[in-house]
Amino acid sequence: MAGQVSLVQIRIMSIDELLEEFEDLLDWEEQCDFLIDLGFELPKFSADLKNEENIVKGCQSLVWLVAEPEVSDGVTVVCIRADSDSMIVRGLIAVLLAAYSEKTPQQILDLDIEALFQRMGLNQHLSSTRRNGLHGMVRRIRSIAASNCT
Amino acid sequence: MSRITPSSFDAESVRSQFPVLNRELKQGRPVFLDSAASAQKPSAVIAKEREVEEQYFANAYRGRYSFGARIDEELEASRKKIASFIGAASGSQIAFTAGTTLGLNQVAFGWGRSRLQPGDEVVITPMEHHANFVPWQQLVRETGATLKMLPLTADGRLDVTAFDDVITRRTKIVAVCTMSNVLGTVNPVSDLARRAHHVGAILVADGAQSVPHSPTDVLSDDVDFLVFSGHKIYGPTGVGVIYGRADRLEEIEPIVFGGHMISRVTMDDSEWADTPARLEAGTLPIVQAIALGTAIDWVNQTGLESIHAHEQSLLAEATRRLMEIPGMRIYGPSPQYKGAIIAFRVENLHPEDLAAMLDRRGVFTRHGHHCTMPLHELLGVTATTRASFAAYNTMEDVDKLVHAIQFAREKLRLV
Ligand SMILES: Cc1ncc(COP(=O)(O)O)c(C=O)c1O
Repeated sequence: MAGQVSLVQIRIMSIDELLEEFEDLLDWEEQCDFLIDLGFELPKFSADLKNEENIVKGCQSLVWLVAEPEVSDGVTVVCIRADSDSMIVRGLIAVLLAAYSEKTPQQILDLDIEALFQRMGLNQHLSSTRRNGLHGMVRRIRSIAASNCT
Repeated sequence: MSRITPSSFDAESVRSQFPVLNRELKQGRPVFLDSAASAQKPSAVIAKEREVEEQYFANAYRGRYSFGARIDEELEASRKKIASFIGAASGSQIAFTAGTTLGLNQVAFGWGRSRLQPGDEVVITPMEHHANFVPWQQLVRETGATLKMLPLTADGRLDVTAFDDVITRRTKIVAVCTMSNVLGTVNPVSDLARRAHHVGAILVADGAQSVPHSPTDVLSDDVDFLVFSGHKIYGPTGVGVIYGRADRLEEIEPIVFGGHMISRVTMDDSEWADTPARLEAGTLPIVQAIALGTAIDWVNQTGLESIHAHEQSLLAEATRRLMEIPGMRIYGPSPQYKGAIIAFRVENLHPEDLAAMLDRRGVFTRHGHHCTMPLHELLGVTATTRASFAAYNTMEDVDKLVHAIQFAREKLRLV
């Protein structure tokens, strides 16, 4: 389990690196390809994690999300993993993981994710169902963070 | 009506009458394959809406001034055009409504609420749009009646052999779509009407998908009610039609009250105006209802028979080409049993990813459950991608669809 998690983390670029690459791209065509690439790199869930309990409601695509508190160097950080049956959604998950990974519950609650979506132009390029799904994931992550806040 | 042979149908010249389809996008002209959701409008319809707004707009049926009189005249002319388009005897059998959804709710609750009792049955099909599913589901819950389904065959047609088992003396209402908005299946409406009448039931037809694409004859099909929307037949949004057999239309009780559906109101009671006004509460979608008549004119001038033949040839070609794509699965029967709608999935390609990739190629399709969740449950999938065709689509559009799917497969590393 721990091994699996660190494997995920190795592959997650920081949100700043991600944004830098994303914003260098010419247009939505290239940005969409970039999200698909991120999606292909995201580790897949094993069948047992794709259970009813982990399903995020509000997504038209299937999304499974697990977020657990982990103590690392004496601080509690939230460890998040997620998967989807849609490759573009998997790319969006990679963005969320980059933004939220290794953050304390308080840092997660303080993060202005909407500003990030704005900056990436996601509201403009995603369908309303996809936007709802994205917000569903954010809500789930935030509620887990809130319940682990001290 | 002019009758042109299919081979002389000039899709390019039809297309040129639709301003939005002649926009140049980054990817070229839009390939619009979502007419089953909403069709585009020809210049003639847009011009008519402008004419009404700019030259004589007024509220209907109230004003004693020239604009009001002109509006009333135009509305009645539109009613007559609609009536003759679907084979109805008189414009007074046409009630304007907001669309198929409101129309079906008016029929379900206006006709069914006072007539259904515990033990009675309403028969629908698993392929119904939610608009012809949920009102009945709610109505039977309210009245204690039971909702029954006509079963489907494996390829998505109604199973004729089961009709007599499902439609029985207990049946009071049979409500079916004339054509499925997902499978494309064209249903045997006149056969169903005959069987419904045989057991003393009525036949309610959801004509939203078929009325724009193939000739309708409410008399020979002998339907009791037919409902459809303006925006799927090259007309405006916000307007739809309830046709009723003259005696049946009188039997619907209003479920929406106020405005010109009223004849007299006292402190204690109210009386209704005559049919169809009785069913037209509030201010009508006036401009839209008038321009719907123009949309019908446009279809008549273009020739519904030749539009139908053209769309069926696009359907046949698209089906043949799509089936060559690895992992392709089309839901619904073979083209001979359906109208020009193709709902499909490509193995390992999420329907929304597919629709998003097609969009990048300027090919506009729809993905999701298309307001038919029970059908998708039956199909065992949560979503499909749907391409639907109309008079203005061309063989080039079919070609671009096929290439765009190939593009999606490449981008999503399926090749
Ligand atoms: C078969 C069918 N019935 C009903 C509807 C609902 O039509 P409207 O949204 O115009 O009320 C649609 C269209 O979406 C349809 O395809």
